Parts: sequence; structure tokens; C-alpha cells
Amino acid sequence: MSAPSAYVLLEDGTRFDGEAVGAPGAVAGEVVFTTGMSGYQESMTDPSFARQLITFTVPHVGNYGVSAAGMESDRIHAAGAIMRDALNAEDAPGAERGWLDWLADCGIPAISGVDTRTLVRHIREAGAMRGGIFPADMAEGEARERIAAEPSMVGRDLAREVTVPELTVIGNGSGPRIAALDTGIKHSIVRNFTSRGATLELHPCTATADDLLASDPDGLFLVPGPGDPAALDYIVATIREVLDRDRPVFGICLGHQLLSRAVGLETFKLPFGHRGANHPVKDLRDGSIAITSQNHGFAVAGEAGQRISSDLGEAEITHVNLYDGTVEGLRFLDAPAGCVQYHPEAGPGPNDSLGLFDDFLREFAAHA
Amino acid sequence: MPRRDDISKILVLGSGPIVIGQAAEFDYSGTSACKVLLEEGYEVVLVNSNPATIMTDPEFATATYVEPLLPGPVTQVIEKERPDALLPTLGGQTALNLAKALMEDGTLERYGVELIGANYDAINRAEDRELFDATMQKAGLRTARNTIATSVGEARAAVEEFGLPLIVRPAFTLGGRGGGIAHSAEELERIVERGLAASPIGQVLIDESVLGWGEFELEVMRDHADNVVIVCSIENIDPMGVHTGDSVTVAPQQTLTDRQYQKLRDQAIAVIRAVGVETGGSNVQFAVNPATDEIVVIEMNPRVSRSSALASKATGFPIAKIAARLAVGYTLDEIPNDITRRTPASFEPAIDYVVVKWPRFAFEKFPGVDAGLSTHMKSVGEVMAIGRTFGQAFAKALRSRELDEQPDLGGDLLARLAEPAADRYDVLLEAFRRGHGVDELHAITRIDPWYLRQLEALAHDPEAPFAGLERTYRAVDTCAAEFEAETPYYYSAWERAGATTEVRRGDRPSVMILGSGPNRIGQGIEFDYCCVHAAMTVRESGRDAVMVNCNPETVSTDYDTSDRLYFEPLTLEDVLAIVAEERPEGVIVQFGGQTPLRLAAGLAEAGVPLLGTSVDAIDLAEDRGRFGALLGQIGCHAPPFATAHSPEEALQVAPEVGFPLLVRPSYVLGGRAMEIVYSIDGLADYLRRVPSRGEIFLDRFLENAIELDVDAICDGEDVWIGGIMQHVEEAGIHSGDSACVLPPHSLSDDTLAEVRRHSRDIALALGVRGLINIQYAVANDCVYVIEANPRASRTVPFVSKATGVPLAKVACRVMLGERLADMDLPADPAGDHVSVKEAVLPFDRFTGSDALLGPEMRSTGEVMGIAADFPAAFAKAQAAAGMRLPQSGTVFLTVTDADKAAAVGIAAQLHDLGFKIIATPGTAQAISRMGIPVQRINKLGEGSPHVVDWIENGDVDLVINTPTGTDARADGYEIRGAAVARGIACITTISGGMAATRAIAAARVGSPPVHSLQEIAGAHRTQPVRS
Repeated sequence: MSAPSAYVLLEDGTRFDGEAVGAPGAVAGEVVFTTGMSGYQESMTDPSFARQLITFTVPHVGNYGVSAAGMESDRIHAAGAIMRDALNAEDAPGAERGWLDWLADCGIPAISGVDTRTLVRHIREAGAMRGGIFPADMAEGEARERIAAEPSMVGRDLAREVTVPELTVIGNGSGPRIAALDTGIKHSIVRNFTSRGATLELHPCTATADDLLASDPDGLFLVPGPGDPAALDYIVATIREVLDRDRPVFGICLGHQLLSRAVGLETFKLPFGHRGANHPVKDLRDGSIAITSQNHGFAVAGEAGQRISSDLGEAEITHVNLYDGTVEGLRFLDAPAGCVQYHPEAGPGPNDSLGLFDDFLREFAAHA
Repeated sequence: MPRRDDISKILVLGSGPIVIGQAAEFDYSGTSACKVLLEEGYEVVLVNSNPATIMTDPEFATATYVEPLLPGPVTQVIEKERPDALLPTLGGQTALNLAKALMEDGTLERYGVELIGANYDAINRAEDRELFDATMQKAGLRTARNTIATSVGEARAAVEEFGLPLIVRPAFTLGGRGGGIAHSAEELERIVERGLAASPIGQVLIDESVLGWGEFELEVMRDHADNVVIVCSIENIDPMGVHTGDSVTVAPQQTLTDRQYQKLRDQAIAVIRAVGVETGGSNVQFAVNPATDEIVVIEMNPRVSRSSALASKATGFPIAKIAARLAVGYTLDEIPNDITRRTPASFEPAIDYVVVKWPRFAFEKFPGVDAGLSTHMKSVGEVMAIGRTFGQAFAKALRSRELDEQPDLGGDLLARLAEPAADRYDVLLEAFRRGHGVDELHAITRIDPWYLRQLEALAHDPEAPFAGLERTYRAVDTCAAEFEAETPYYYSAWERAGATTEVRRGDRPSVMILGSGPNRIGQGIEFDYCCVHAAMTVRESGRDAVMVNCNPETVSTDYDTSDRLYFEPLTLEDVLAIVAEERPEGVIVQFGGQTPLRLAAGLAEAGVPLLGTSVDAIDLAEDRGRFGALLGQIGCHAPPFATAHSPEEALQVAPEVGFPLLVRPSYVLGGRAMEIVYSIDGLADYLRRVPSRGEIFLDRFLENAIELDVDAICDGEDVWIGGIMQHVEEAGIHSGDSACVLPPHSLSDDTLAEVRRHSRDIALALGVRGLINIQYAVANDCVYVIEANPRASRTVPFVSKATGVPLAKVACRVMLGERLADMDLPADPAGDHVSVKEAVLPFDRFTGSDALLGPEMRSTGEVMGIAADFPAAFAKAQAAAGMRLPQSGTVFLTVTDADKAAAVGIAAQLHDLGFKIIATPGTAQAISRMGIPVQRINKLGEGSPHVVDWIENGDVDLVINTPTGTDARADGYEIRGAAVARGIACITTISGGMAATRAIAAARVGSPPVHSLQEIAGAHRTQPVRS
């Protein structure tokens, strides 16, 4: 392994040396890790990773290069990549560009040769924290300043950074017409709706209930996204209004957190988040278990089977994560509304829960 | 749903002897399953014919039957034990086929035994090719286009339909036995003929070729609530065309995109659901065309497999254990993950390292066989290496192989790479060193460029994966460090300086046990058995047992076996690094065969405390000069011997030693290159054929001697004789290939007393602390010492099962400082029953090899028969070994002149038993002179119909053929080859023929009763013990 040309510094002073790959330069953000063993391109382009540096626990990253099919949005959202062994693999079967070439093209600093396992164990013990990737010739003092300048993830509204600038309509199928509040949608979600015949209206996250319902859609869909759900009360208010007007509302990930807040549940920051493709989630209603794709740093406070009464009616916690018992799903008991914390759209990760999109569409269609 | 309460007694079937395609992995899976079922409070009835397994240790079942895995004996067990359920998914293809047979013959229904783990229809849907294809089609999955042929004619039609090449696989055989790839019409006919003979239902499957596609396997688990998880993905670096058992494989897969991988995952789940495996693990194999993304389902095994053992070791997710719990009613989320203890088993392991599995071959043992790799599995063992990167893992795997000979790297490398062989990766690395590039080598090998690029880097700098880094230890934790691991299962990782070790050790002193590395002929599961016993004993003594091994098949590498497991290569450097990490109180090198013994001197030199027999004592026993002198001092006889340092010297000293001569190169395992020569010309021929490196050993060979094996334990003051075994075959057949009987059945008390006396004297004189194995030959009432090995021998598990005394444990206690005098050991542990061990040989796997026993060991495994007398025990052992001794029909005899008198006796008995006797002219003449009816048939050179025609026409049921010393490769070779190809019992020694005749007679009387080891031990315990 060559001499260190870059390093990872965490806000608590922990340092890991490695080699600079990707774009030159320094970057700070929240350092998180994902245990998914494939899908590095999907993760990097997932808006939910905005302002985060992804530590990949899988040792080799870049094995099959990158291609258009692996894009989850129109660009890289993650701030950087921290890897044990990065490869370019520009000539892999199916590769349209090398992984490292692409990171460089997109201006994303990355680091290879890092003892990622020790880094992950540190985060597991000390919690996800701010940090960054810095060139070896940058003094630690300057790096610390860069880290300190990075706001904490708690209380941070990042939806505005990743949302569509204006209303965008995708698909023109014969199925339901769905208004989606874009807090950071992924292509996999769009594909799963449009391939089932739905039409998706992507609204900026600041849209009002009137904006959302202007075209008389069959319901509202709440999508994933980065940042602290507690910083998005303006969206929660919008959701409450839509629910008040008896429209079906379903959601995923950040959408789940916002819908849960709408019925009065609190959200909190997990110590180091759930990011990976192997988390078991149990549906308490039928006992079935799905292996799920996960990517969230915040979670809904609640307990398995808990009933919630609010001005919006009765709701129930329907899904739990079998790793740590955290809330993974909520369902309204007398309204067509519900949500899951995990990512049924996969991309990356298992397709076990794709059927959920059929359920969503059935509910939207029933309302139509 | 929790544990099922409606069943209380469960029958578990093992997999029988170690054979190619079905090895120690089923001891690992069976042992874990038995342990779990006992823990859950069930009564476990186990049937397995293999004594060298941990699962057949009496404490792993309520009732353990060492009986043949055949419908007859298993039905007897069912009748006696009346189990409520049968769990057939942990004993490989053998158990699955047996369960199917018991279902089909109505036994299970008659005794009300429920099949759990996999139901009958699911087994059929997975195993019957036609049904499988139909099932896959219904599930919307693609299989290779194929057809089923029951004749060569039907096979020919496939060429027109699918083109060449074609893949031929016989139905219902292990590891693709009898299959192959046909590149021409002629080749197709040959392979189909062989395949039809190998298939128990006379059926071969002919597949459209997906040669060169990527090969992937997924290990799937499902519970009865229909929850499914993928435990591990495995990528074969060798593309389709090389059997996965012979391929170098990698976990997790490295080259598929997430979308491609998820497609495989979806399909694997669809396969297990469609086949209908309700609970347990399955292995699904896929071919993926990297250019087109096409996916073809190759096959699925509705049971735990070699790959599931590998996946368990690679991830820390114990598939067999969990399969057993699922079979008795639990769902995945009700079972905790052993490693984290906090998370449930309903998850998919995340891996933050790379695992490489490497097959181990034994072609050098079978000269003349086709050493090319194809769909027909030929490897005899495997190693696994864990590295932080692929480069680290691959380099570790390379050094874990323990090759006896360095691969030849000459010739046209590219031509050699076009035909995959055992040494292909050595050749590939050499090709890179000679300047060939990734594109060029990809075009030839079809190996994914990702791997080729990694190998190219390794070829140019073998140190590249480690350069600038330091060794540290990391845990295998199932979760890529997301949760804390409670189970100490480690591998060495190289990271930047300053990395901290993850090894956690308490204050207890530790003892390190060095395992036996990859299974190979001559060093198999028996040594792993001993290592496991050592670990158990160390733990019982209040110390931490630390295991070091690199064989993924074994019980020793189950993280449950020791307090800390290091999955590492057994080289001096790797072991010394672990010693530095562990600082053990002592290291045990005596139990793992030659692998750890080879390290003993280096370890001692480095100041590592070795427990048990000293390095000097080991050397004393191995140095022929020193050992010969020692024997002289204590008054033991040894056959004349000499040591030559050159072929010329060998020819010079040979007449002094006297013919016949047993000749071999020094320091070999399993009788490698050992031969008996009868004349100076024969010796000269041997010396020309076998290149000499170092010393050549010459020993007078004692003809017609009875050979004995003694396993004994010495504590420096006392010697305890664990068992005396008499070989069934005469001296000259490698002890590992010879059947043996305990107690000896035809030796006088005086002779046995002498053997005991000698054993005691030798053990004390050598200064043994622990086990010693001594081989004797008895000729003309004189006892000769052949050799002594102060270490665990291959026969330790057999003796332990036969006597009920766990020899390895007793030896380990001695090594830890206990005295024999303080243990309650029986003076004569043999008991009233008779135990026979029989070797199992792989000739049917190696077309072209001579099915002949000799001084070079060729067996892969062993079985045991226990009965009240020798003939019945021998018959059981033969049946368990797959030797189909006929009850009636035609016996063909052809023997050497020296054997004619004895052959006449055998012919007389077989005639009396109603057999028709046929023989070649010389043998026929001898038989007919004694008034026994015999039909004379033609030798090979005498025109058709000759003997081979008779065999091939199915007109012969038993062959007794003893080879002539000098031209063993004449008629006899063809005769034995024809018999093996048709699965006809073929006996190559007179003593074997006599024993078989007695066994046939014994079987006439009816099936002997079945007794569990626990019952036998109970009867035994009433004997007086040594005061």
C-alpha cells in the first residue's frame, strides 16, 4: 500500500490514513457507514446521503464500474466515499465509466486504503459524527475547522437542497395520478410507480396542500430524503392538511417519519443509523419478515403494536426492525394512509417488498 | 411458532464414508444438528457408518448406530427405536436418497415416521431433472435447454437439437459422478455410456452448454412461515464447465452489479418456494452470461451441502444448526444469531472481508487418470482463506494448500490454460509473469477480468496485498461490525500500522491445537476428529482451547468447538504470529497429522512450548538409523532395511536387504510412491520412474505376513494399549486401505502378549507423552516392528468407537499432565463384540486408474461394521463401503500361481453357497482338479467372449482377482476396470476373498441385530477395570 495521500478525520479527533482517489480536495460532512455489499453507485446517487460521507464496509468498491442504469437520481448526492480498496474497473462488462473516473468527474473526493472496519467499530461505539476526507498535506487544524464549520445533522433541513425546483410530471399511464412531495426521490421509486401505470407529479417540498391537490390527484406520496425530520414541520403541516381532506397518504423513509410526526409521534437520531441491505423487518399484522434495504439516520419513537390516537384518527405501529426493535411502519386504522421506514423500492438492496407498490396503487386506485 | 411438541424422537441420517463429493462437511452439519436437537430436548437416533466422525461420538445422540446407510439396516433401527420423525437433509445425497427409498418402500408410513426438513415431493422436484425443469418453467425461471436420455441413441439426437459441446450428467449421483462435457459425437457416446451405468436409475441429463458463463451459488434458508433469507453468495472464479467442488470460489460475489445480484436473489427465493423446501437450507446454482445478463438456473440441492458448510464458515451463520431448529418448528426470527447473540437469525450476513475456497486434488495418487477438470468432481479436500481483501485471501489460500510438489510451470502455458487442470492458477500466475495480459488470458480462460486483474497484480508482486501493512486479527461477525460480536472467530488481516487486534481473551491459560489443513488422501477427517477431541479435553481442563485450521469442511473450524478459532493457514509464519497473539501455555501438534508435525521443529526452535512427545522423540522414531538401534536395544525385531542416498547406492545395497523389497522416498505421507519390487530389475525400473530427491528407503517386504496396528498412550511411566487391530489384507497393502478387525481374530495369546510388551517398551524408550501408533508384521510366529509414529493415527477414531474409550481425549489429558494411573482405563478395552473397519476407494471417480490395492494409500474414507462375530461385522462393513457382495450368481476367479491353493478353497465355499464359478484357464484348472465344477473362460488375448465381455454383459456378480507381481497392468487392469465401471464387487487379495466368502455365508443366516454404541458401552462397562 502506498504512502498516505489523504486522511479521514472525525470530529472527536480520530484519524485514519489512506490514499486520495476520486476528485482532489477536502470535504466535510456526517460520516456514516453502509453494510450493503453491492450498489455503491446507487448509494452515492441516493439523495438521502446528501451531506454525508459513506463508509463502505465491503472491502472492494468499484468492481463493476458505473453505468446509467445504476443512477438513483441525476447526480451524486453523497459528499464523499471512504473505502478499504477502491477500483476503477472501467472495462468491466456493462461498465460505461470507471468508478473512480466518475467520482473525479463529479468532483467527489474519496479515499481508499482506509481501515474501514476499525472506523465502523468506532462509529458504532461513539455514534455517527461529523468528519471529512482531507488531503495529506492539509494540517489537522485546518481539517478540524472544516469539520466544525459543518452543521450538525440534528435540526438540519436538507430537503430544500435536493427537491425539484418546480412541478415535474412523470409518466402518463392509465393508473392513478399521484402527487409526490419531493424531499429526495429515487429513480427506483419513480420506476416502481410508472411501470405500474401510475403518473407521478413531483412537487417541490415547499408545496402547499392546495398545490398538491390542484390537479385532483388520487393521493399523496411521501418520499425519502436527507436531514432531520424534526426540521420539516412545514411539510408535516402540509401532510396534515392533505389528510384532513380525506386523501390517501403513503410514504417511505423520511416520508414515514413525517407522516408519523403528523399523528404526534416524535422522531430521534439513531446512534449510527441503519444503512444496508440486510435488516429484517417484521410485519406485526401477519408475522412475515422481509429483508429490507435501509438508509436512515433518524427514526420514529414508538413501540411494537402501539396505538396512536390523534385528531387525524387512530393509527397503529405495524412494523418493527428485528435488529433493535425500532419502528418500521405505521398504518392508519380508518383512513387510507400508512408508511414504512425501509426502502421497498430497493436500489440498492433486496426486492422482497416490491409488492408494497401494488398495495399503494390499489389504495390510491380505490380512492379514485 | 415455537418448538414442536408432537414429536419427541428424531432419526438423523449421516452421510457415511468420506468420498469425493461428500466429505467432512456432513460431519460438521450433522454434528451441529444433533447438538441442537439434543439441546431442544429431543431424543436423537443417529445412523452413520463412518466411525471417524464427531457426530457418531456417543454424546451427540441418544442412540448412535454405526450401521450401513442402506434401507435394510436403517429399517431395523426404525423398527427398534420407533422415531417420530426422520431428518434427512443433513447427511448429503446419501441421506436424501435413503430417505426417498424408505418413503418409496413404505417403511416410513408403516412405522409412522414423518419426514421433516424436506418433504418427499420437494426432494423429487429438486432431484428429478424433468420435474425440476417443469417446476422452474412454472415459476418463470429459465433452465438450460436439456433432454433426458436413457440410451446412447437418444443422446445422439440432442446433438442435432442443441449443438456441441453438451454437458452430460447422470441422474441421482454425487458430485456429478460419471458426467462430463462432450465436445464431439464420439466423446458424447463414451460419456453417456459411463453416465448411464453410474446413474442408479439409468438416466443421464444432456444440457445445452453454458460453458464460459459466470457460475454463482446462493445459499438460501426458508422457514415454515415462508420467511426466506440468503445466507451467502458464492462466485466461482472458474466459469461454468468446472464443477463447483473443483473450482476456486469466492464469497461474497464480487463482479455482479446490485441489479444483477438482486435478480439472482429473487430467483433463488423463487426456486426454494417452487421446489417447496418448507424448512431448512438449500443451495441454488446459477449460470450468468456477463455479456447479455441472461440467467440460467443450473440446479438446487434441497439440503445442506458442501457449499452451505463453506457459507457457514465464510459468514459465521451456522446453516445446519439453524436448519435443524427450523425443522422442529421454529421460525427464523425465533432463533438468535449465535455470533451477536442479540440479533435474530432472520437476516442476511454482511461480510467485510473476502473468502477464497481452494480445492485440493490427489491426481498424483492415480497415475494414468485424466487430470483435466470438468463437471465431474475430482478434488478430495479444500482449504478456505479469509482476507481483508481478495489479494490477501488468495495469497493465504495459495499457502494453505500444502502442496507436496510444486506445480510444473513449463510448456505452452496458453494451451494448458485452455484445458483447465488442477494447477491452472499456478499456470495463470506464471503466464502473467511471462508477460501475457488480462485480455489475452480472459479470451482463453473466460475468467472475469476483475479476478484476472487481481491475479496479475499478485503475479507481479506476491507481496502486494501485504506491502506496507501490518498483521492484525479481525473477527468474523456476520454483520460487518454493525453489532458487537460475542463469538471469537478470527482471521488475520493486514492493515496500516497501528491497527488494534480484535482478539479478546480472558485470564484463563490457553492451549493451542494445530489442525490438519485440507483433507487429502492419507490425512483425512480422522485427524480432525482427534483435534476436536483435544479441544474438548482442553476446555474440560479449565483452559481455553484455541484452534488453528484452514479447512472449512470440518467440525474443528466450527466456532463452537473451541474458545477461540483462528481460521488461518498452517504455516510456521502464520502459526508463530498466532502464538505471539495468544501466548498459549502450550501447543499441541500431535493430533493434526503431518501438517502440524512438520511445524514442530520450527516451533520448538522459536521457543514455543510444545505439549506431549518431544521433537527429538518424533525424530528418533522417524530416523531409521536411530530407531533401528533403539529396537535392537530393547530386543525387538525389524525386517532388514537400508537407506540409500542415490539410485546407484540403492541398487548396490538392495541384495543385502533381500527381495522382495518395499521401496519408497523418505518422509512421505500415505505411502506416496511406495512400491514392492521383487528383483533388481524391478528396483531399477522403480528408480527410473520415481525421481529421487533425498533418501530412498529400502525395507525387506515380508510376504504373507499378518499386519497389525496398535494405538497406545504413554505418560512416560505407564503405557496403556488402546487397541490392537489385525489387518484383513496381508502386509504390503497400505494400512489405510486395508480392512482391519478389532480384536485380532486369528493370532495366539502369546503373539498378542508379545505385541503388547513391545508396544510398551517402544513407547517408553521413545519417551512418548501421548499417542503412539505402531505397526507390526507377524510372519512365521515372529513379530516384526514395521514402524512407530508417536502421534495420533488414522485409526484412533475407529479404536475409540470400537472400545468406547476416547483415545484422543485420554492422550490429551496425559499431555496436559495427568497420569494414566489416575484414570480408570479398562485393561482390555476390546469387549465381546467384533469391529471391522473397511476403506472406501475412489476408483469409480478416476476413469483409467487401476482398482488395485498396494503400498500406496488411495482410500478417501472408511466405514465400520460392528457385530457379534467377524463374518457378520465384515459383511456390515462391506455393505457400508458400498461393496455389493452378491448372495447368488456367478463368481469370476483369476489369481496368481502363489494364490491358487487358497483360491481353490474360496471356490469350494462359494460353490457350496450355490454360486456358479468361472475362471481363466490356469485358475480353472486348479479348481477343477479339486473336483469343483468350474467353467473355463477366455483370457483377454484369447478372443471373444473373453472375461471382460462377460463382465460387461452383466454376467458376473463378483470378481476375485489377485495381481501378478510384475505385470499388474495386463489383463487384471482391464478386468478390474470393467468391474468398477459396472459397480461389481472386485476383490484383489486372497485374504479379502476369504473374508468376503465368510461374509456372504454369514448374510445367509439373516441380518444380524443392530445395537447402538450406547448399548454396547453399557454391556461393556460391567467388565472389570484396571485397578
